[in-house]
Amino acid sequence: MLAWTIYISFLGVLVLMLLPKGNAALARGVALLTALIGLGIGIAGLVQYSSANTADGAKRIVEVANPEWIPSLGIHYHLAADGISITLVLLTGLAAVAGILFSWNIESRAKEFFAFYLALIGGVYGVFLSFDLFLLFVFYEIAIVPKYFIIAIWGSTRREYGAMKLALYSFVGSAMVLVGLIAAYVVSGAHSFDLTDLAKYSYPQSFQMWAFPVVFIGFAILAGMWPFHTWAPTGHVAAPTAASMLLAGVVMKLGAYGCLRVAMTLFPDGLAAWKYFFAILAIIGIVYGAMVALVQKDFKFVIGYSSVSHMGFVLLGLMTLNTIGLSGAVLQMFSHGVIAGLLFAVVGRMVYERTHTRELDVLQTMGLVKVIPFAAVTFVIASMASMGLPGFSGFAAEFQIIIGAWQAFPTLAVITGLGILIGVAYTLRAMIKAFFGETAEGAAAPVSHESSAGEHHTDHCPPISFPEKLGAVLLIGVSLLIGLFPSLLLNVIKPSFESPLFDWLRRLQ
Amino acid sequence: MNYLELLKLALPETIIAVMALVVLAVDLVALHELERRFRFIIGGMIACLGCAGAIVWMLISSSDANAFGGMLVVDPLTKFVKIALLVLTILTILLSMESDFTDHAGEYLALILFAAVGMMFLVSAEDILMIFIALELTSLSLYILTAFNKRDIKSAEASLKYFLFGGMSAAFTLFGLSLVYGLGGSTNLREIATALADKGLDPLLMVAIVMVVIGFGFKVAAVPFHLWAPDAYQGAPTPSAAFIASGSKVASFFIFAKVMAIGFAGEQLTQVQGSAAWHNYAGGWVPVIAMVAALSMILGNLAAIVQSSVRRLIAYSAIAHAGYMLIAVLSHNADSLASLVYYAATYGVTTIGAFGVVAVVEQGTGGEKLSDFAGLSRRAPVVSFCMLIFMLSLAGIPPLAGFFGKFYVFTAAVKSGAPDLGLLWLVILAVGMSAVSLYYYLQVLKQIYVAPVGADAGAIKVPVLTQIVLILVAAGVVVFGCAPNLLLGPLTEAVKGVGF
Repeated sequence: MLAWTIYISFLGVLVLMLLPKGNAALARGVALLTALIGLGIGIAGLVQYSSANTADGAKRIVEVANPEWIPSLGIHYHLAADGISITLVLLTGLAAVAGILFSWNIESRAKEFFAFYLALIGGVYGVFLSFDLFLLFVFYEIAIVPKYFIIAIWGSTRREYGAMKLALYSFVGSAMVLVGLIAAYVVSGAHSFDLTDLAKYSYPQSFQMWAFPVVFIGFAILAGMWPFHTWAPTGHVAAPTAASMLLAGVVMKLGAYGCLRVAMTLFPDGLAAWKYFFAILAIIGIVYGAMVALVQKDFKFVIGYSSVSHMGFVLLGLMTLNTIGLSGAVLQMFSHGVIAGLLFAVVGRMVYERTHTRELDVLQTMGLVKVIPFAAVTFVIASMASMGLPGFSGFAAEFQIIIGAWQAFPTLAVITGLGILIGVAYTLRAMIKAFFGETAEGAAAPVSHESSAGEHHTDHCPPISFPEKLGAVLLIGVSLLIGLFPSLLLNVIKPSFESPLFDWLRRLQ
Repeated sequence: MNYLELLKLALPETIIAVMALVVLAVDLVALHELERRFRFIIGGMIACLGCAGAIVWMLISSSDANAFGGMLVVDPLTKFVKIALLVLTILTILLSMESDFTDHAGEYLALILFAAVGMMFLVSAEDILMIFIALELTSLSLYILTAFNKRDIKSAEASLKYFLFGGMSAAFTLFGLSLVYGLGGSTNLREIATALADKGLDPLLMVAIVMVVIGFGFKVAAVPFHLWAPDAYQGAPTPSAAFIASGSKVASFFIFAKVMAIGFAGEQLTQVQGSAAWHNYAGGWVPVIAMVAALSMILGNLAAIVQSSVRRLIAYSAIAHAGYMLIAVLSHNADSLASLVYYAATYGVTTIGAFGVVAVVEQGTGGEKLSDFAGLSRRAPVVSFCMLIFMLSLAGIPPLAGFFGKFYVFTAAVKSGAPDLGLLWLVILAVGMSAVSLYYYLQVLKQIYVAPVGADAGAIKVPVLTQIVLILVAAGVVVFGCAPNLLLGPLTEAVKGVGF
C-alpha cells in the first residue's frame, strides 16, 4: 500500500499535464487531492506499523515490493519500509498538503507548478521507501530537477541564481554518492544493489576510510551540513513559499536520511573513524547557522539559516551512534520539517505576499501584529516550537539529541547548548522586529512610509485566507501533538534500530 | 560459399542499397513534376519501407555466419547494432520529410540510405580492409549530406571542413592499418591479435595504434580530433546533422571498440576469453584512449557552457559524450561492450530528438540561438516537454535512458578495474563532468521554461509528422530509461553469444 504514495503522486503529475490550460482551480484541486491521498496512506501506514509492531514486535521492516528490475546488474525494484521510512513518509504527506494549501493563490502557470510539485513529492516518497540503492538514487535525482524549475519559474529574489546553485549543489552531491555506490557495488562483488545485501558485506577498512566521507558528504550537502550549506539560504530565499516549505520540510531530510540509510549503514568502520570530524562539523553548523541568523536583515534569510542550525542537530544526533541520539535525529527531521514549513509559510506567504518586503527594518515600521494578527500569532507559536519550548515537537527531538550527544561526546554537547541559546535570541529578534515593531504614529505609519519605500503597503492588505489558516492549524496541531505525545512516533522509530539493518549500530556501541 | 548464401547474409544491406536506387529512380522518373513536399514524403515512405524490411529480415532470419575471413560477420550482436542503426535512419528520414532546404529529395534520401549501408557493413566487418572501405562509403555520403543546403554558405563551409579533416584522418587510418597489416601479416582482426600478442611495446606497433586511434577519434569526434564537429553540426541541414550525431556515432563507436578489443587484444585473447584484465592489451593502448576520453569530457563539457548556439552546444556535448563512451571502449569486458551499445543507441535516439526540436524552433523563429528558445514552453508546449526529456536524458537524470547508459558504462568501467579500482579516477572525472553538464542543459531548459515569451511571439506551428516523431522518441527515451531491460536483455544475450 505504501508504494501508492509514489504512484499516486506521479499519476497526479500525468493528470495535471493532461488538464486544460488556464484552469488554476482545477489544478489546485487535483494536486490537493493527490497530496491528501498520500498523507492518508502515510497515516494508515503509521497506524498499521505501530499496531503490528506492538503485536509481535518482530517485524521491523515491512516489505512492499521486490520484483527483479535490471537482472544484468542485479538491480531489484525493492520497496520496503521501517519506522524511520514511515515517519518520513508521513512528514512528506504533511508537507505536501500544507505546501499546496499555502500556494493556493498561484495563478500563473498553475498546472505546471503543481505538476513539478507533485513530481518532486513523488521522488521524495520514493527515496524514503527504496531499499535498493540504485532505486533510491533514481528517486533521489528525480527530486532534484523539479526543484530547479519551481524556484526558477515561480521564485522571487535572485531566483535563477538560487535555483541553479541549488541544482548544481544537489547534483554534485549526488555525483559523489554515485561514485561511492558504484565502488561499493563493485568491491562487494555481490551483484546486487540491495541495501540488506550490501549492509551484510564488511568492506575493507581502507576502502571505507574514503568511501564513507564521499557518500556521507554527498548526502550531507543536501542536508545543509556546514560548510556545504550555502545553497540552503539562497535557495530558500529564492523559492516560492511552497518550495521553501518543501526544501526545508522534506528535501533537506532526503540528505539526512541518505546519510543514515546509505553512508552509515554501508560503511560503519569509516563512520567510527570519521564520527568526531562530522560531529564537529554538525556543531559548527548549529552555532554558525544560529549566529548568522542573528544578524540577517531579510526575514527569510533568518529562517533559512535557522534551518541550517536545526539540521545541524540532526547530523549531530546521527553522529552520537546511540539509540537515543539516533531516534532524536529522526524525530528532529520530522519536527523540523513541520516547524520550518510553518515558519516559511508565515514569512513567504502570509507576510511577503502581502507586504512585498522581507526587510526586517521595513517590517518593523509596519506594526504587522495589528494588520495580520493571525500571522503574528502563528509566528509566535512557531517560534516557540522552533526555540524548543517543551510541549512542542522540537523540544522532544532536540532534548533526545542532546542526551545522546552527552553520552557520546560531553564537551561538544555543552557547545550545542550555546547554539540553543543563540537560537532563542535570533527567533525572538526576528519575531519582535517583524511583528511587534514600534510604530511612532500607530497604525497610520505604514502609509507615510509607502511613499519612500515604493510598493510596501499594508493599508489594503488582504486578510489571511482560509487555506492559509487551515495549513497553519494543521502544522501547529501536528507539532503540538508530537510534542505532547512523542511516543506516537518514537514507538515506531525506536524498534527500527533493532532490525538486522542496524547490526552495525550494536557492533559500534 | 556460393553467391546465393552470400546474398542471404548480406540481404539487409542489399535491401537498403536497392531501395536507395529505387528512391532515386522513382524520384527521377515519376515525381519530379510534383511539389517538393510530396516528393519528400513519397520518397521517404519508400526509404522507410526498405529500412523496415531489412529490420524484419534481421529479426526473423537466424543464419549467423562469418563470411570470407571476417569480411562480413553476421551474429546476434551485429544484427542488434544494425537494427539500432536502421531505427536511427528511419527517424532521420522521418525528420527530413518536412524539410525545405533542398529540392533534390530523391538524392538526399538515397544518400542517407547509402550512408546507412556503409554503417551496416562497418558494423559487420572484422577485417581491416573491409572496415576501411565501409568507413569511406559512410564518410563520403555524410560529406555530401552536410553540404546539401546549397542556399546556405555555412553548409558548404561545414562540409568542406568535415571533408578536409575527414580526408586527413582517413589517411591516418589507412596508414595505421597498413602498418598493422605489416606487423600482423593478416587483415583479419583476430589473426592480427594472435600475431601481435607477444610483440610487447614495439615502437612501430605504437605508431600504428596511435594512427588508428587518430582515425577513429576523428570519426567519433573525440578531443583533440573534434574540431570539425561544432561547425558540421551548426552548418549542416538538420537531418544530416542528426544523422552524423547519431547513426555515424553508433557505427563508429562499435567498430572502434571492436578494432581495439579484438585487434589489439594482446595476450588477453590468447589467454582467457572475456577476462577483465584491461591492462593486458597489446601496445598499451589503454592509456592513450584514457587520455583522449579525459580530454573529451573536460573540453567538451567546459566549451559547451559558453555556447550561445544550441547546435554548437549539442556538438560540444556530443564531444563530451564521446568521452563517456570511450570509457566503455577502454574498459573492455562483456558488460562494457553491452553498455557501449546501449549508451550509443540511446544517445543517438535522444540526439535525433534534440535536433528535431531545433528544427522546429528554426522554422518557427528563424534561428537556433539560445535566445530563440525563450518561452518555447508557452509557444509549443508538447515540443518543449520533449526537449525537457531529451536534455535531462543527455544530462543523465533518471529515470531517462541517458542516466542508465551512463550508470551502466561507469559500473562496467569500475568493474573492469576491480579489485584495485584502476579505472575509478576516470569514472570520478566523468561523474564530476556530468554534474558540470547539467549546467548547460539547464541553460537550454531555462530559456524554454523560465524565460518570458517575446511580445510578438505567438504559438509555433509544429508539423504533425515531426510532432509524432518527437513524441515517439521522447516516449522511447522514458521507456528505455525506466525499463532498460527491454534493450539490455537481448543485448547481453547477444554479447554473450559472441563470446566477448
